[in-house]
Amino acid sequence: MSEEAAGVPKVGHKAAPPSLLTRYGSQMGIVGVGFAMWLAFVIAAPRVFTDVDIYLAFAETTPLFGIVALSLTFVVITGEIDLSFPSVMALGTAIFCLVTYYGGAPWWLGLIAAGLTGVACGLLNGFLVASLNIPSLVITIGTQFLFRGLELVLMNGTGVPLLVDKYPQMHTLLREPLFGVPVQTLWMVGILIIEWLLLNRTRFGAHVFLVGDNQTSARLMGVNAGRVKIKAFVLVGVTAVFCGLLSSIYGYYFWPSTGDGSLLNTIASVFLGGTSVFGGTGSVIGTFVAAFIIGAINAGIVSAGVNAFYTQLAFGLVIVVSVVLQTLIDRRIRRQSLTGK
Amino acid sequence: MAQSASPGAEAPPVMELRNVSKTFGEVRSLAGVDFQVNPREIVGLLGDNGAGKSTLIKVVMGFYGPDSGGEIYFHGKRVHDWSVARARSLGIETVYQERALCEKQPIWRNMFMGRELRNRFGLLDVAAMRNECSRLMSEHMGFTSTAVHPDNVVATMSGGEKQGVAITRALHFEAELVILDEPTMGLSLSETKKTLDFVRSIKAAGKSAIFIDHNIFNIYPVVDRLYVLDRGKVAGVFNRADITMDQLIERLYHVARTGSMELPP
Repeated sequence: MSEEAAGVPKVGHKAAPPSLLTRYGSQMGIVGVGFAMWLAFVIAAPRVFTDVDIYLAFAETTPLFGIVALSLTFVVITGEIDLSFPSVMALGTAIFCLVTYYGGAPWWLGLIAAGLTGVACGLLNGFLVASLNIPSLVITIGTQFLFRGLELVLMNGTGVPLLVDKYPQMHTLLREPLFGVPVQTLWMVGILIIEWLLLNRTRFGAHVFLVGDNQTSARLMGVNAGRVKIKAFVLVGVTAVFCGLLSSIYGYYFWPSTGDGSLLNTIASVFLGGTSVFGGTGSVIGTFVAAFIIGAINAGIVSAGVNAFYTQLAFGLVIVVSVVLQTLIDRRIRRQSLTGK
Repeated sequence: MAQSASPGAEAPPVMELRNVSKTFGEVRSLAGVDFQVNPREIVGLLGDNGAGKSTLIKVVMGFYGPDSGGEIYFHGKRVHDWSVARARSLGIETVYQERALCEKQPIWRNMFMGRELRNRFGLLDVAAMRNECSRLMSEHMGFTSTAVHPDNVVATMSGGEKQGVAITRALHFEAELVILDEPTMGLSLSETKKTLDFVRSIKAAGKSAIFIDHNIFNIYPVVDRLYVLDRGKVAGVFNRADITMDQLIERLYHVARTGSMELPP
C-alpha cells in the first residue's frame, strides 16, 4: 500500500527497462578486457606501467588515430566502412603544406584548404557508396590508392619540415600541452563530446542508427539514407585530415607516408569498442575507451620486452575476437528474446 | 483549381493519381492507373498478389516516383517534388506490409522514426520521446501490464506488438490520410478485430484511409469505395452501397480468370 502511494511502480506492472547487461554488455566487456590487459602489463613490466610517463605517452599518441576512429564509428553504424582515411590524412596535410610552405599563405588558410580537402574526399567516397551503390569495402580500397597517389604526385614524394618557428600557431594548437595535459587528448575529449551529441542528440545521429539497422525501413519512413551516409563519410574525411595534421605536427615533419599504419589501430578501436559490423548499433564512448586500450597494447607489447612484430598479431586478434564475440552476443540476445528465457 | 472538372462546391479529393504508370526494368507494375481518395472516405484496394497494390501505395507515399506522364494531386493541387518526407509532412502516414521497423532499435526510436522530436536548441528531446512513447503504448496499444518498456528493442516483440508499434506510429501524428498495407497479415483474430476497429475510428475522426488487403471479408465491411486492381490496371471501381459481398466475390473470380470485371450477359 505505502509502496504504491510513494509512486513505486504497481505490482504486476512489469514494464522494466531492459537490464543493464543487455544494454551495455559489450561496453562493460570492453572495460573489463582493458582492465585485464592493463593488469597483465603491470605484472609483465611493472617499472614501466607504474610510471606516469607511459600514460603521458599514451595520451599524446592515441588521439593520432583515435580521433578518426570516433568518426569511423558513424560510418560503421550505417553499415559501411571507410578504408581510405589513412590516405586522406596524408592528402589533407599535403594540401596544407602546399598552401602554406610552398604557397606562402598564412596557416589558417592552409587549415581551411586542408579541411576542404577532407570534405571533398568524404563527398567522393559517400557519392560512390551511397549514390552509385558500390560496396564501401571495395571502393574505399580504390579511393585509398587514388588519394595516396594524388598526394605522392602533388608532393613529388618529398616531405616538409613543420618546425615551431615557421608554424608557431599550429604547434600551440596541436602540440603544446595545456596546463600540463597533453593537448592531443584534450582534442580527443572535445571531439568525443561533440560527436556523442551528434550521434545521440541530433536527427542526423538518429538516422545513422536507422539507416544501418534497416535501410529500406528508414527510407519508407522518409529518411534520406544516401544523404546520411554521405555525411558520415564527410565526417571521417574531415577528422582524418585533422589527425594527419595532428600527427605531422607531433613529429615536426610531414612524411608523404603519413597515415600508413593507422588503418589497423583505427579499425580495431571501432570494433573493440562494440560497434557492430552488421550496422545499426555502436557507441563513440566504446570507441574512445577501445582506442586507449589499443594504444596501450602498442606500448605495452614493446615495453614488456616482446618483439614489436607481435603488435600486428595482437591487433589482428583483437579485431577477429571482438567481431566474433559481437556476433555471438547478438545471436544469444536474439534467441533469448524469442524464447522469452 | 483549373483542373476541378467536377461541378459544384465539393471539396477536391485528398489525394488523386492520374494516368500513373510504374515500370521496373521490363516489368510494368502499374499501367495508366487513375485513383482518388475523397475526404472522410475509406477506400479499399483489392487485388491478387502482384496486382500492383503495394506499388500503388508506394507511389502515393512518394517512395517511388511515377513514370513520366503520371500526375499526382494533393487537395486538387498538382505536386511535382513528391517524396516520403513531403508526403509525411502533409499528413500522409502508412502502415506498411513489411512494417518498416528497425528491429535493433528501441521502441521509442521506431515510434519517432523520421520525425524525431527536438527541443529549442535543435537537439533531440529524448526524454520527451520516451515519455510520449510510454503514454502511447499504454493508451493505444494496451501494454500497461506487459513487460514492454520504451527502451526495449523491437526485435524482442511479438508480431502483433510490432504491428501495434507501426499502427500507433501512424495514429500518433494525426495523419489526414492513413494508408494500411495488409495490416492484418499474420495477426491473431483479436488483433485483426482491433485493427479493423482502428480503421473505422479513422473515419469517425474525419480522416481518410486507404485499406489494402487480399482478404475481402476484412475489407468489405469497413470501406466506402473499392478499387480492384488486376495486373497493374484498375479493373473496376465500386461503391460499397451498389454491390453486395457475394456479387463482388463473383466478379473477383471472374477477373482472376479473364482479366475483366464485366460479367458475361
